[in-house]
Amino acid sequence: MSKPKIAFYWCASCGGCEEAVVDLNEDILDVVAAFDIVFWPVALDFKRDDVEAMTDKSIAVSFINGAVRNSEQSEMVELLRSKSQTVVAFGSCAHLGGIPGLANISNRAEILEEVYSKSPAVINENGTAPREEIEVPEGKLELPFLWNTVKTLDQAIDVDYYLPGCPPPVDIIKNAVGAIMKGELPPKGTVLAPDIALCEDCPRKDTKPEKILLKEYKRPHEMAVDPTQCLLTQGLLCLGIVTRKGCGSACINGNMPCTGCMGPVSQARDYGAKAISSIASLVDSNDEKEINEILEEIIDPLGTFYRYSLPASLIHRSYQKSSRQGEK
Amino acid sequence: MSDINKSSNPFNPRIVAFFCNWCTYTAADLAGTARMTYAPNVRVVRIMCSGRLDPQFILKALRDGADGVLIGGCHPGDCHYQEGNYKALRRFTLLKRLLESIGIEEGRVRLEWIAASEGDKVQRVINEMTETVRRLGPLNLEIPDAPLKGSVITEHYPEAAVSQGASNE
Ligand code: SF4
Repeated sequence: MSKPKIAFYWCASCGGCEEAVVDLNEDILDVVAAFDIVFWPVALDFKRDDVEAMTDKSIAVSFINGAVRNSEQSEMVELLRSKSQTVVAFGSCAHLGGIPGLANISNRAEILEEVYSKSPAVINENGTAPREEIEVPEGKLELPFLWNTVKTLDQAIDVDYYLPGCPPPVDIIKNAVGAIMKGELPPKGTVLAPDIALCEDCPRKDTKPEKILLKEYKRPHEMAVDPTQCLLTQGLLCLGIVTRKGCGSACINGNMPCTGCMGPVSQARDYGAKAISSIASLVDSNDEKEINEILEEIIDPLGTFYRYSLPASLIHRSYQKSSRQGEK
Repeated sequence: MSDINKSSNPFNPRIVAFFCNWCTYTAADLAGTARMTYAPNVRVVRIMCSGRLDPQFILKALRDGADGVLIGGCHPGDCHYQEGNYKALRRFTLLKRLLESIGIEEGRVRLEWIAASEGDKVQRVINEMTETVRRLGPLNLEIPDAPLKGSVITEHYPEAAVSQGASNE
């Protein structure tokens, strides 16, 4: 019997998720022993034509990382969806939109202008800008169309499972691959990570008091961070209170607060709103003016609380700068 | 005043109001029994305390078609549960900054303290807010078709429980 086939693909992502697969180290050999990797652009020389030639549902599992924000990515994920029995959204960007999802505070026109002319590092005297198509003597050439709004993978195609994290921690990947190998997958829609907040796992949890009250919010570079005390209690915006565990407290161990890449526990629908709820209620004041002053110290609520999840959030994008000209 | 606006602007906004059981909802009841008339644009949801109002409810209302959200709680110092309205105020303060930064205009989400005896204030606030939102126009958020994540099944990890942290609110 031939081995089940798996595929890896990347969309709007940084490449870190690919690195996370490589970080499986020797365990990747178990994966290769159990599965045939039929498509993995970053490592293997298969092309889109090869995928198109496969029969429908012939790939057992496709692991797709990255958000979806242009026509090519959308075509590729639709193609992989039709060829795969199971699709796993791999990493924060595919799961919730991730860092590329922050582009939803801007829009297509503004982004292109920034990148091709306004940015101080750009010299572009001829005003060269990407076009979707151009006629050359050899024929018509096409480029993918950049969307106005970044989507999560499940806003583009049907998704079976989610592997959270930026990038997903190796243990979480191993667990998921193990479950697939044994055919022991949970119900569709499950986020394949423990549904418990990071605080429960945190090495500093014993220093976190039952009730925290804060007179000021600080940022790590503004203070000498105590490497033993709960970071939130020190006034840092540690989001371990609403974030799934499973990362092994990597940032906490680096003496940095949790920024929420593992996404919300399942009880929270909207990560940022839940984080705003938790963080704001810690303010130690009942006076309107003082509450305002204390919360003013949180410089960028959108970027802080929706760092990895703006496209997946209830609000989805910014409306100041929403122009529909870039929608597909 | 509202008649003038109505004739020049036919848009009829939908406003979701979250009123606390002990003060504002009672005041709305009072306005009703006193037969005060006010704009019919508000759909009232009764909650036990303004401190129960999760910011997610506000965003969900806006996502699902509300053009504005009105929150009513007891005056400072009068909360039936001592502190709930202060929590509402803290959350509202931070949420307001978020809404500003994504371009949802200030007048669309409003917090008011309305005591049980202030039926007339319910009338005034609802009329004012209806006019404000009417002037702002429909909200029309861009909403993708997507499953509601967070309603996922968690049986695979039976140890499921939220940390004390999340209940620290
Ligand atoms: S708030 Fe942060 S530092 Fe404190 S216990 Fe939770 S994860 Fe650890």
